[in-house]
Amino acid sequence: MAHTHSSADHNIHDSHLHGDGEFSHPAPLSMLFTIFGILVLLTLLTVYQSTLNLGDMEIWLSLFIATIKAALVILFFMHMLWDKPFNAILFISTLIFVALFLGFTLLDAHAYKDTIEPRDTLKESLPPALADSVK
Amino acid sequence: MSAVASKPVLHGGAAIPSDEKDNFLTHTSGFLSWAMTLDHKRIGLMYLAGVSASFLLGGILALMIRAHLYQAEGALFSNKVYNQIFTLHGAVMVFLFIIPSVPAALGNFLVPVMLGAKDVAFPRLNLGSFYLWVTGAILFLVAMFATGLDTGWTFYTPYSLDTTGPVIAATLAVFILGFSSIFTGLNFIVTINTMRPPGMSWFKMPLFLWATYATSIIQVLATPVLGITVLLLTAERLLGIGIFDPKLNGDPVTYQHFFWFYSHPAVYIMILPAMGIISELISVHSHKGVFGYRFIAYSSIAIALFGFLVWGHHMFTSGMSDVAAIIFSALTFTVSIPSAIKVFNWLATMYKGTISLTTPMLYALSFMFLFTIGGLTGLFLGPLSTDRHLHDTYFVVAHFHYVMMGGTLVAFLGGVFHWWPKMTGKMFNEFWGMISAVIVFVGFNMTFLPQFVLGSRGMPRRYAKYLPEFQELHQYSTIGSFTLGIGLLIAGIVLIHSIFKGKKASANPWGGATLEWACTSPPPFYNFQRPPQVDDPYDFRGIEYSESAEGYVRPQR
Amino acid sequence: MTATTHESHGTGHDDHGHEHDHPAWLAHHFDDAEQQFDSGKLGMWLFLVTEVLFFSGMFCAYALLRSLNPEVFSYCSAFLNEKLGAINTGVLLFSSLTMAWAVRAAQLSQHRLLVALLGATLGCAAMFLGVKTVEYSHKWDLGLLPGMLYQAQVSHPEHHAIPTALPYLQAPGVVLLVGFALYWLWALMKRNDFHLQIAGPLAVAAACYVGGAFLGLKLEESAEHAETAAHATHDHSDHADHASEGTAVAGATDATALPVGSERENLLIPQQSHADQVAVEKGIEEVESPSVNQRGRAGVFFSIYYCMTGIHAIHILAGMGVIAWLIVKAARREFHSKYFGPVDNVGLYWHLVDFIWIYLFPLLYLIK
Repeated sequence: MAHTHSSADHNIHDSHLHGDGEFSHPAPLSMLFTIFGILVLLTLLTVYQSTLNLGDMEIWLSLFIATIKAALVILFFMHMLWDKPFNAILFISTLIFVALFLGFTLLDAHAYKDTIEPRDTLKESLPPALADSVK
Repeated sequence: MSAVASKPVLHGGAAIPSDEKDNFLTHTSGFLSWAMTLDHKRIGLMYLAGVSASFLLGGILALMIRAHLYQAEGALFSNKVYNQIFTLHGAVMVFLFIIPSVPAALGNFLVPVMLGAKDVAFPRLNLGSFYLWVTGAILFLVAMFATGLDTGWTFYTPYSLDTTGPVIAATLAVFILGFSSIFTGLNFIVTINTMRPPGMSWFKMPLFLWATYATSIIQVLATPVLGITVLLLTAERLLGIGIFDPKLNGDPVTYQHFFWFYSHPAVYIMILPAMGIISELISVHSHKGVFGYRFIAYSSIAIALFGFLVWGHHMFTSGMSDVAAIIFSALTFTVSIPSAIKVFNWLATMYKGTISLTTPMLYALSFMFLFTIGGLTGLFLGPLSTDRHLHDTYFVVAHFHYVMMGGTLVAFLGGVFHWWPKMTGKMFNEFWGMISAVIVFVGFNMTFLPQFVLGSRGMPRRYAKYLPEFQELHQYSTIGSFTLGIGLLIAGIVLIHSIFKGKKASANPWGGATLEWACTSPPPFYNFQRPPQVDDPYDFRGIEYSESAEGYVRPQR
Repeated sequence: MTATTHESHGTGHDDHGHEHDHPAWLAHHFDDAEQQFDSGKLGMWLFLVTEVLFFSGMFCAYALLRSLNPEVFSYCSAFLNEKLGAINTGVLLFSSLTMAWAVRAAQLSQHRLLVALLGATLGCAAMFLGVKTVEYSHKWDLGLLPGMLYQAQVSHPEHHAIPTALPYLQAPGVVLLVGFALYWLWALMKRNDFHLQIAGPLAVAAACYVGGAFLGLKLEESAEHAETAAHATHDHSDHADHASEGTAVAGATDATALPVGSERENLLIPQQSHADQVAVEKGIEEVESPSVNQRGRAGVFFSIYYCMTGIHAIHILAGMGVIAWLIVKAARREFHSKYFGPVDNVGLYWHLVDFIWIYLFPLLYLIK
């Protein structure tokens, strides 16, 4: 991507600086608008796909589209592509920790389901008229 | 806020050079100059005062517990009061003392100085996190003393949903304390990442900084999960959201997963900085470069990361699935590898060193002994088979006290003695300091060694009363605990006495080579007048004792 | 955090002359602008890390409950108005665009544009919350409340043109609107450009909050009208008739059809068990089991819904606070190519709020 930087915009403060490193990379507007356009299209797409009855596929497809959108936001709007690699590693490793947390906890989810006795089983066995009074 | 705070603090900036009397303690005076300070050293000292007060409180509660257990039928309290006391003891010690002890108190003081930096990256956030800690602490204590919390420090559901105790206030306090911890960790990571002086590469950092860095990673990654857990618990109590509450089809084991995803890594928040202290202490007081620097550094990071993989070993008997239990059990053993690497490297550092048996060194030696016992007894709790037997017994109590107290507390004391001259500019009485170290060591072992036996014989933890056959061991333990209390009291008196009567400390009383010993004791307001020259932090060549300076100097510099 | 990094020099910088000439915006303990920028940015990324893990707890709870009770989730997600969710998604995406653009404007010292863009971001945030007030208050009227408070079993829910709670939720917005409008008028009379630049965006944001509620009400109404109309002629499961309305609208209408329409009462009360039995035998996919409609089941879905969207909304509020702070700084023309860290970092935070919503929208509103 092109990093447009017009020196005409330099502020007068610059003259005070020592160790002059250039670290501002203004994002080109065309890029920002393109990404926004894609994001809106993907939103419409995901709304559309929710009207199709895809069954089990639906959740994965929705999450897939959401992940593409999230990746676009992170890479372009948050400038991760131009950021220091350390920040990128940081964020990606976070997702690994989230996966770890979710993974281990979900691994367990069905192990003891049978041993939990929901209070409302009582109510289910009652006729509807009585069930209302129980609540 | 800043206008009030920083104006007076910064005014004298130009006057710093060459005035021996001007240091961060005397730079400005008055209550506000402390309460509103952005100086990391003052914030560190305020934390030190805060955590010490918390430790005193937690310690008194511990002695009350031990006194109660002197008799099989319970000497002092009703069962309900006993429950509240051990809850308060655990919660105060964990949330108010151990977690902030080394990182927030010593870390705040040392991290920028060791880096040769002027301050942490975000000084206001630093002050903010101190006040978050204070807020959390006050909320915690008010909540607990007002009506009595009896859930244990873990707030396990469903009991924490049904009890009449002030669970919401306590969890809110935990939430706030968590953010205090997060901001401290965040600050240190940024400081170490971006503010190292030119010449200090990652592998020229003192090992204390590596340990702090690893700790901060855990603080940043794990604590938010505790935050959301206690928030959901609060919502569960207020609204009955049904996530943890079995009455609403919720799942109490999920609470345990959430809780231990934080609280197991939190164990490493507690022990890792202690290990960092020991790395410094052993090397400095042996006057010998640390052995296996890179291994110690990497093992800190390894412990931090492995620490995230093993939380399930707290839940072996909670109804977790067999698959998960087996995986967690297997992973648990991996943590022992980096821990052992550290211990071996410390031993190798001492080998053929010129060991000075000073007070900090005595504490460091007792750390190595106690932590090793604590670590090795952990190996009995890792396998599923023995854990079924030992779970929720005094064996577990003894195990984690050996690690948390014999490890972290003893290292913390060693660190406080080691850096005390730097923090206050005063030398403490070496003789009484050593006496305190010995009494703490003896008292500690007398308290907790019997508990291993008690636990393996089947004495369950948290009981207010017990069978008469356990009484003898319980009595040893109680006597030991009071011995320990006396040792700690002596340590406290030695330190406080030194403030008023201590000799003036030289810049480098122990012969350390890290940067904090390169500035005066206590350090000037801006730490260093010019950026210090960075060398190998464990290169002790050329450092020799000077009678005139009453400390170590490095003549050729 | 950004505040911490970048403000501390505001009072202190000129006091220590022994430093090299530190410009006003460079904190005393940093060597140069780039170190300050990198520190602030790393700090913000770390904060975002904590935010992601913070939210992951709720995502974990969602995944657990969903995997244990899939039927509850497919039953309940139909109560959420997809159209409002989609509008809000668009609003947030647009605010992300303006925020990213604002960072560019700060880097290029385009001060007026920066204020305008930050104002637009603030306005979008307010509109998002405005729409949310309609959603929340509408659900409260139906008794779709979290956990213990869940009480959607009333057989004839009252129907309000304007949800009862809405005026209370909107009152602060109206008060703020009046206040900011007066502030703006005062600045106009004083011809104070600085205050005009601040008052304008604030007033617009407050108006957007109220406007968002009107928009929400309109859409909620139209969903109901469309539904009633559809009911008059066809069975609600018939997709074909909606196709001509355009895909997005058709999708939204369809999903809201079940709960919001005239059949809502029937769905909310437990059905005759034999009817249920028949449905199961027939293998009809989207049968609503009557047992779903109780506190321990549907109530838990709404618990998760309120927790996730509520905490997300709190993050929006916090973001609005810092954006307002940025507007003041931008009106003072503080930002330039060496000092734009606060805008960049608030931008990162804002995009993360968007990031979370990108997942919340399909998980809560769309997936059946």
